[in-house]
Amino acid sequence: MLYRAHVLVCNGTNCSLKASPEIQKEFSRLLPEYGLDKEVKVVETGCFGLCEYGPTVVVFPDGTFYSGVKVSDVREIVSEHLYKGRVVKRLLYQVPPAAKPVQVYPEVDYFRHQVRVVLRNCGFIDPESIEEYIARGGYQALGKALTAMTPAQVVEEIKASGLRGRGGAGFPTGLKWQFAARADGSGPKYVVCNADEGEPGTFKDRLILEGDPHAVLEGMALAGYAVGAHQGYVYIRGEYVLSIERLERAIAQAREMGLLGKNILGSGFDFDVEIRLGAGAYVCGEETALFESLEGGRGEPRIKPPYPTDAGLFGRPTVINNVETLANVPVIIERGASWFRTLGTQKTPGTKVFTLTGDIVNAGLIEVPMGITLREIIYNIGGGIPNGRQFKLAQTGGTSGGVIPPELLDVPMDYDSLAAHGSALGSGALLIIDDSHCIVDVAKSFSFFFLHESCGKCTPCREGTLQLHRIMERISRGEATRTDLENMKALAQAMYVAPLCPLGQTAPLPLMSTFRWFESEYLAHVVGKTCPAGVCPVDGTAARAAAGCAAREV
Amino acid sequence: MGKASLEVTRGAAACGCAARTAAGNAREASPQDMARVREIISRLRDRTAPLLPILQAIQKEMGWISEEAMVEVAEALGMHPSQVYGVTTFYTLFATGPKGKHVIRVCASAPCHVPGAGAVLEALKKALGVEVGETTPDGKFTLELTSCIGVCGVAPAIMIDDQVYGNLKPADIGAILARY
Repeated sequence: MLYRAHVLVCNGTNCSLKASPEIQKEFSRLLPEYGLDKEVKVVETGCFGLCEYGPTVVVFPDGTFYSGVKVSDVREIVSEHLYKGRVVKRLLYQVPPAAKPVQVYPEVDYFRHQVRVVLRNCGFIDPESIEEYIARGGYQALGKALTAMTPAQVVEEIKASGLRGRGGAGFPTGLKWQFAARADGSGPKYVVCNADEGEPGTFKDRLILEGDPHAVLEGMALAGYAVGAHQGYVYIRGEYVLSIERLERAIAQAREMGLLGKNILGSGFDFDVEIRLGAGAYVCGEETALFESLEGGRGEPRIKPPYPTDAGLFGRPTVINNVETLANVPVIIERGASWFRTLGTQKTPGTKVFTLTGDIVNAGLIEVPMGITLREIIYNIGGGIPNGRQFKLAQTGGTSGGVIPPELLDVPMDYDSLAAHGSALGSGALLIIDDSHCIVDVAKSFSFFFLHESCGKCTPCREGTLQLHRIMERISRGEATRTDLENMKALAQAMYVAPLCPLGQTAPLPLMSTFRWFESEYLAHVVGKTCPAGVCPVDGTAARAAAGCAAREV
Repeated sequence: MGKASLEVTRGAAACGCAARTAAGNAREASPQDMARVREIISRLRDRTAPLLPILQAIQKEMGWISEEAMVEVAEALGMHPSQVYGVTTFYTLFATGPKGKHVIRVCASAPCHVPGAGAVLEALKKALGVEVGETTPDGKFTLELTSCIGVCGVAPAIMIDDQVYGNLKPADIGAILARY
């Protein structure tokens, strides 16, 4: 059935918290009243990205972009825009309020500077419809690989693309696949999708799975074909209720169409996918801890080597890739490695999905070419810092990343450039913090996180995270001495190398990184016994942060 | 294998996280409906690596995982009860004792901390009259802290059971609790 117009209502978690399901119902209720139900179709989509101004409604074919829509606005959109063809100007995206309203979404600054590869379908298709995914070229890459490429050619294409793991470590995906493809083939091999997204400030994998689940499934099937695996697992956080639902539906649809299961597209290749849920443990995002958990044990990391491509899940060769990495795969196979290399930088081709949070005008999900500067992200796309405050720092790569001070705003955002400055690209979390915050108070929330999430298996991490947090507590209360700072540095040096897995190894990084750039603020607490931002309870009285601190006492 | 008994060590967890020990106070509560536990086991035991799916189903359907249930699961899977206990207590989403009817989890990670999760937590404590890790006297709410729940676009955020609430201010708490 053909429709004159489509109304896309964002139903990502962030918008649905702001009544987008009710908005959708209101459209469905009002369209028949105006006799439009046969002409206009309402589509529930995944995240559009501009979460700060949700719920968002986009009307196609014209692409009119309404933001901050309320249930009570729906009648006006139906009666004016859909019935009479007059755009409802007051609901157009307009930031700051004095600026000229923007009518169509590609002209919104937030979208204008983005390049959407991974998020190609997010917000544009109904994620619960496999037909809509196929209509936008979905499963073409799988068809191409199964009918016209050998597994080795698929591996070569991914290698040539230069795709690197988007979970945080940045390992070359094609190389990983090659190791697994060449590994012992006397028994089963596995493909695992790591959707145990737990890095604070990161929610890209959730929104990719909510907005375009088939892209991830197609990427997994391609990985399976490339390395000779017939079973895939998606290990996903138990808290991601909507992602789980959408993924379950997507798997069922793909099986029904013969795109998963036995003899896919008549090629003789078998591949199926099963979902496994996490149960609340950040460490399970570490690949070997994830295998332990998937096998039914405590999610504690294993000693490496052996690496997963030799002995991973159930001791068998396993390719484990992040959600975003897998969502890149079908596009690379379809459009070719050389196309992919036109995006991003020489050493890190492609795009990166970032989640913008904290003190920023446009919080949300963005996708930009690798190598863009933080300044461009914050000021061109993110709309700058709100409330007339100044930029103080950004934490990149989530809580296990480092911080970027104002001096480094022009560093290119890619794995190598950030690592060279003691930070990390990581999972793409960008927490923007303005000058009203105290660096010690923020750093203390980092140390609390690692203390809470250390799995306890190895001593350097279990005890180290505890001591780091105790020192941060003392600094915050104005009780620390210079010896504490020296001890913290020595402990950090030991923790960079001694723990079993990256959780412990990165735990000191955010603290040392904040110390490096904001040493004078630390010293104000330690020597001057003052908190320049007036946040920490340095004089023993309950200052602004006391509420937060109380929960973090150890 | 005979009925093994499982000695549960209680007290503060090494990390001092109140949330993990929240459930300890009512472990001796009435035995869970073992028929339901057995039904869950028989439904899921033939899956590959069935332990976590079984524990997740017990947690979801019964709200917590009792000592008796752990022993039953261990026997069915040919494991020692201590192994099942070790797995159960490793994960924050599993409770070893009954909790309140609704579990409120407040995100304590940096992206929620920066825009004011501390004040939201204070408002919850005041409204409920309990500290972190405690259950209200009427058994309706348990208050816990959690690490990032991945809705940082609407920070600060909390979860009540499976429902997320975001962009919170202390003043919003009353209306949210009134829904339950």
